Amino acid sequence: MNSAPALPAASRENPFPVRWTTRAVWIGLGLYVIYAAARLELTWERFVFGLGNGGRFLARMVPPDFTKMDLLWKGLSESLEIAVIATVFGVILSLPVGLAASRNLMPVWATWPARAFIALCRSFHPVIVAILFVKAVGFGAIAGILALIVASVGFIAKLFAEAIEEISLKQVEAVRATGASFMNVIFMAVVPQVLARFTGFATYQLDSNLRNSTMVGIVGGGGIGSTLFTAFQKFDYDFVLTILLAIIAIIFVGEILAGWIRRTFQ
Amino acid sequence: MTASGATNGAATNGSGQAGSAGTRSLSIRGLTKEYRRGTPVLKGITLDVAGQGITAIIGPSGTGKSTLIRCINRLVEPTEGEIWFQGIDLARLRGKALREARRRIGMVFQEYNLVERLSVMENLLCGRLGYVSPVRAWLRRFAQADIDRAFELLDIVGLKGFAGQRADALSGGQRQRVGIARAVMQRPDLLLADEPTSSLDPKTSVEIMELMADLTARNDIPVVLNIHNVELAKRFAVRIVGMAGGHVVFDGPPGDLRDEHLKQIYGGEGWLE
Amino acid sequence: MIADQRRWERFTPQERLLRFTFYLVAVAAFMVSVQTVDVIPEFLYDAPEQVVDLFARMWPMDWKYYPKSVHEALIETLHIASLGTILSLALALPVGILAARNVVPVAAINQLAKLILVSSRSVNSLVWALLFVAIFGPGALAGTLAIAFRSIGFVGKLFGEALEEAQRGPVEALTAAGAPWPSVFLKAYWPQVQPAFWSIALFRWDINIRESAVLGLVGAGGIGVALDTALTLLYWDQVAVVLLTIFAVVILAEIIVTTIRSRII
Repeated sequence: MNSAPALPAASRENPFPVRWTTRAVWIGLGLYVIYAAARLELTWERFVFGLGNGGRFLARMVPPDFTKMDLLWKGLSESLEIAVIATVFGVILSLPVGLAASRNLMPVWATWPARAFIALCRSFHPVIVAILFVKAVGFGAIAGILALIVASVGFIAKLFAEAIEEISLKQVEAVRATGASFMNVIFMAVVPQVLARFTGFATYQLDSNLRNSTMVGIVGGGGIGSTLFTAFQKFDYDFVLTILLAIIAIIFVGEILAGWIRRTFQ
Repeated sequence: MTASGATNGAATNGSGQAGSAGTRSLSIRGLTKEYRRGTPVLKGITLDVAGQGITAIIGPSGTGKSTLIRCINRLVEPTEGEIWFQGIDLARLRGKALREARRRIGMVFQEYNLVERLSVMENLLCGRLGYVSPVRAWLRRFAQADIDRAFELLDIVGLKGFAGQRADALSGGQRQRVGIARAVMQRPDLLLADEPTSSLDPKTSVEIMELMADLTARNDIPVVLNIHNVELAKRFAVRIVGMAGGHVVFDGPPGDLRDEHLKQIYGGEGWLE
Repeated sequence: MIADQRRWERFTPQERLLRFTFYLVAVAAFMVSVQTVDVIPEFLYDAPEQVVDLFARMWPMDWKYYPKSVHEALIETLHIASLGTILSLALALPVGILAARNVVPVAAINQLAKLILVSSRSVNSLVWALLFVAIFGPGALAGTLAIAFRSIGFVGKLFGEALEEAQRGPVEALTAAGAPWPSVFLKAYWPQVQPAFWSIALFRWDINIRESAVLGLVGAGGIGVALDTALTLLYWDQVAVVLLTIFAVVILAEIIVTTIRSRII
């Protein structure tokens, strides 16, 4: 019972402490599952009952209803618009915030507030942010856009900062030594090193905003989410399936597009 | 500017001050650097470097050679002391004044420190970044005179036709050629070199030193470099400064450097055989 | 010839065309979006007043709401998130294995597994919750399953990628020794990907704490139910209590994850 052929020395030195902790973790997880399931009253009967219910539910979903295409298209196009606008503003805002939060280029007085701001943007789920914006600016796309901008900043500003913190400072040092101004150092020594990763993050965020725009609609943030929620409330389950298929299709196309953008910018 | 390069025009070079070798001399007074409080790496270095030729600093690893070089253009902040160059104490500069001083001091690095994802041409033009506005840098709108000069330098360093190559596609020797060209692009009044040959094989090391000596002599740029290879130092430098334990222990022309000096600098003697 | 060489351009014409197309499409998409999106500007004018009003209504907070409804719901949320994560790990493990090309070298199976993973990720946890509420009725069961099904895609994708990065050496050694497939997996792959697996699990748990907090808005149990009640009744002082609670828990979860992670790695 040892994998000696491949890792001789390493596996002989520390097998015991590692195995004990892992075993304890597994047992702990098992006990927790039993306890939590009891606590949440997740019983087998409920599950089986639900499965029967699920059969009927699925039966009502197929065949998907393709008769309300105008409604579907209206919701989808609004979701796309929300996602595009939120991504553009989110990325533009994230650039300075992410830069300010990078500890290798910025002094503490800049990183600290920037990091606090990012943490604040991250800590609330987009749906909760959307609820607050619906109160502030009313129902509709604008609340969704603002909520997704906040979510975008929380997500990509953090990734931007991490990407900047991983760059090679030698290259930065060399450009700094030529007497370049701070912005020139950023443009010629920092940006070339992080541009590829930034486009990766930005395209990922477009993808993620598209998915999240289905969600903010549920609380009144506009887009396909509103359409979906209404369909649910009216028990139009065949239309629900159409919407879900359309969302999955769009995400697929989005991933292909994202790959193309990344290749363009290496 | 080609003309001034060809005619050794020290008088017209620089930034408008009365030009003579004197303005290019460097004067270090009582330079101390402590990375951690109480354990100085440089212990009150005092050194005058004349405004011509190559001054080579030799010494064992960890003795502060690199720190000394980096204090001059303030990539490392000196703890105490003065560094006088062209009538200015570099150790006290801040902000814009520091950047303007750095424009006149070129630097060549041990690991070349090229911006890997930029082309060779862009790396050369980095040498002009002290003179270019951020918008122009962003759009790569460099002056045609700078681009012409960059092509010329590429020919000189033997990289004709490499302008569009990305820096990460080059070999070590080619990278260091780009590194030297980038420093010369600055039209510096002083060139610093931090172990420029330590990452290269022996043959390439000699070629790089020859190139650096030739280019700087042509443009009348004084060089301060630190180097591990004593033979290379003796061959190319007009003056050798030996450092040990954060102090200068030898200072003189290569011809005066004897084995006992080397013993004093590096310690022991078994390695000399 | 020489004059031609002296001209320097950053990109080849082809690269420039590609980039130009991208910028054009991006700007056009943005312009079209801005122009067609349904925004009622009048709503924006009184936004500052609305925000001030919002905070005025939130303060002072109704602390009595916490012991009354929030605490129980919070505990339920934590259980939904944890149980959902554990369930998703169990479900994602086989799918992730099937998606890894080096472990299961059958292209058709890999593609099928990837389809499952993408579908899981494309549908939001809130939408999953809607589906499961329709099937199982309102409550924590729907929430737990929603969390689990949304997480399969995330965990399965990252786990599959970790498997694909595993080194061949140990695998070949055990296969050569004639070990049956389960032993090869347990003794050659698992030790290599185990740290990644736990790190992914922790990362997802952290995300799931946030996600499970809103599931109650569609009736899938947890603290979201308390939030929903307060919102429908427009008791903003109670909403504030719930939001503050969520904020505290999210921060706490992040601290826990960072500590455990730094301990493991």
